[in-house]
Amino acid sequence: MQDGGIDKKRRHFLTAAATVVGGAGVIATAIPFVSTLSPSAKTKAVGGPIEVDISGLKLGERMVEKWRGKPVWILRRSEESLADLSGMTDILRDPESEVEQQPEYAKNEYRSVNPEYLVVIGLCTHLGCSPNYLARNEANDFGADWKGGFFCPCHGSKFDLAGRVYKGVPAPDNLVVPKYQFISKSKILIGDDSVGNGTGASS
Amino acid sequence: MSKLINGGIKLLNNTLGWIDDRFPLTKTWNEHLAQYYAPKNFNFWYYFGSLALLVLVIQIVTGIWLTMNYKPSAEHAFASVEYIMRDVNWGWWIRYMHSTGSSAFFIVIYLHMFRGMMYGSYKRPRELLWLTGMFIYLILMAEAFFGYLLPWGQMSYWGAQVIISLFGAIPFIGPELAEWIRGDYVVSDVTLNRFFSFHVIAVPLVLCGLVGLHIFALHEVGSNNPDGVEIKEHKDANGIPLDGIPFHPYYTVKDIVAVVVFLIFFCLVVFFNPEMGGYFLEHANFIPADPLKTPEHIAPVWYFTPFYAILRAVPDKLLGVVAMGASTLIFMTLPWLDRSPVKSIRYRGWKYRTALTIFVITFISLGWLGMQVATPNVTLASRIFAVIYFLFFLLMPFYTANDTDKPVPDRVT
Repeated sequence: MQDGGIDKKRRHFLTAAATVVGGAGVIATAIPFVSTLSPSAKTKAVGGPIEVDISGLKLGERMVEKWRGKPVWILRRSEESLADLSGMTDILRDPESEVEQQPEYAKNEYRSVNPEYLVVIGLCTHLGCSPNYLARNEANDFGADWKGGFFCPCHGSKFDLAGRVYKGVPAPDNLVVPKYQFISKSKILIGDDSVGNGTGASS
Repeated sequence: MSKLINGGIKLLNNTLGWIDDRFPLTKTWNEHLAQYYAPKNFNFWYYFGSLALLVLVIQIVTGIWLTMNYKPSAEHAFASVEYIMRDVNWGWWIRYMHSTGSSAFFIVIYLHMFRGMMYGSYKRPRELLWLTGMFIYLILMAEAFFGYLLPWGQMSYWGAQVIISLFGAIPFIGPELAEWIRGDYVVSDVTLNRFFSFHVIAVPLVLCGLVGLHIFALHEVGSNNPDGVEIKEHKDANGIPLDGIPFHPYYTVKDIVAVVVFLIFFCLVVFFNPEMGGYFLEHANFIPADPLKTPEHIAPVWYFTPFYAILRAVPDKLLGVVAMGASTLIFMTLPWLDRSPVKSIRYRGWKYRTALTIFVITFISLGWLGMQVATPNVTLASRIFAVIYFLFFLLMPFYTANDTDKPVPDRVT
C-alpha cells in the first residue's frame, strides 16, 4: 500500500472516481450538442399539409408543388398511359410496390387513389436529385418504345409514369407517394389523409 | 555611428535573451528552421508542402474578409455573394482569390501526395506522417464540401443534396442520420447556417491543428528525399547529417522563389480566368438554388470527380457509397501495402513504375469521366477504371514484394 511514501491506493481511487463522474458528465453534455442538430420545433411545424388546386391540369401534364421544401408532382395520366403501366412489369424492379414507399391506399398498379392523378415526391430515391418528366411523345435517348416517365439527370435512374423504378439503374426504390387525399374533385390535400383515403375521388 | 549600431545590437540581444529566459524562442527557431537539417537533394516536387501552407493562409485571410459581407441565410446568401462581387470594394478580388484558392489547394495537395507515392515517403519511419497528411486531405474535402453550399447556387444546393443523401444509404440509421446532418427534411436555411458554422470555425480549427501535427511529425522523423535514403544514418562528428543542410536559409530561400512563381500563375487565374471555363466555378452555380428543379447536368467540382465517377460506376446505392468512401480512405493503407525495401521510384523495378503510371492515368481518367453525362459508354469506362484503381492498391503487396529493384546508394546522389 505504501510505496516510498506515496499512497497509490488513494491516487487510484481519485483517478477512478474522477473518470466515472467526469465520463458521465461528458456523456450528459454530449446529449444537447448532438440533439440540437436535429430538426427544431419550428422546422417540424413548417411541414404541415398543403392544399393544391388541380382543376387546370391537362391530360399528360405535370405540376410541381412545394411541400416540406420538397417538390411534389401531380401528373394527370391519359387512358393510354394507364393502359401501358400493366405492360411494364418485366423492366421494373418493384412493379407491385412491395417496398413501403407509399401509403396503403396507393399500393396498387397505378400507385394512386384516383388512377388519373399520380401524386409523388419528385426526388430520386438514389441520391435525392429531382428527375425530369419526359412524356411519351417527347424526344428521348431511350428508344422508340419509351412509354413516358421520369429520368434523373444526376445518375441516370429511370421511373415509369407510376413512379416505379426501372431495373439496372442506381435508384433502389420506387418514388415516394406522400400522404394525401382528395378534398373535392379538383382539390388535393398533400401531407394529410385523416378525413378518409380516397373519399371524393372518382374517375 | 558604429557605437550606435553596437548599442542597437546589444539592445536586441538583451531583448532576445530576456524572451529566451521566459519562452523558447531561439530554441524553437533553431529546432524547426536554422538547425533543422533537410536532405540537400530536394527537387521540384518538394515545393508543394510549403505551397500548401501558403494557400492555407490565403484561404484563411480571404475567408475572414468574405465573412464580413456574406450572409448565411437561404434568403440572402446568393444576393450577398453578388453584393460582394459587384458593390464591395475589391470584393470580387477577395472572392476570386478564395474560389481559385480552393482549386489551387487541391492541385497542390494532389501533387504533394503524388510526390509521397513517387519517393515512398509514406514508408517506415514516416507512416504517421503520411496518416496525418491523409487526415488533412479528408478534412480538406469536408471543408470544401461545406464551403460549396454557401453561395447557395443550383450546384451548391443539389451537390449538398446528393452528398448528404450518401449518408442515407447506410442501413438502418441512414435516413435519420441524413436528417440529423441537414437539420431539416431537405437542404434548407437550417443546413446552410450550420454549414457556415462548420466552414468558418470548426473545420478550419481542426485543419490547423492537423497541419501542426503534420509538421511536428515531419520534424521528428526528418524529410525523405528523391533518393529515398535516410540522411540520419551518416552524421559528422557534431551529429549533423552529412547530406543535410539547414532548412533556413537554404530551403526558405528556395521556397520563396517557388512562392513567387506560384503566385504569378495564381494571379493569372484570379485576374484573367477565375471561372476556368466552369471547372473552378461551375456555370450552374450562377443560378440561385431552386429546391424544385435539379440542373440538367450536375457534377461536383473537378477535385471530387475521380471519386464521384467511382460512385456512379457501381449500380447499387449502398455499395456505390462504400466504394466511394473506400477509394478515398485506401490511401491510408499504403505504408502497409507497399512491401518493397526500396523507397524511391529511382531505384524501383519496372513493376511499381508501371503500376504507378497506370494509376496516374486511371486517376485522371476517372476525374474526366466524373464530369461527363452518365451515358452507357461513360459508365462502362468508369467501371473499368474503378476496378484498375482498386487493383493498384490491392495487388500492391504482390507486385512490390518481388520487383526488379536496383541497388540503393548509401548517400544521396
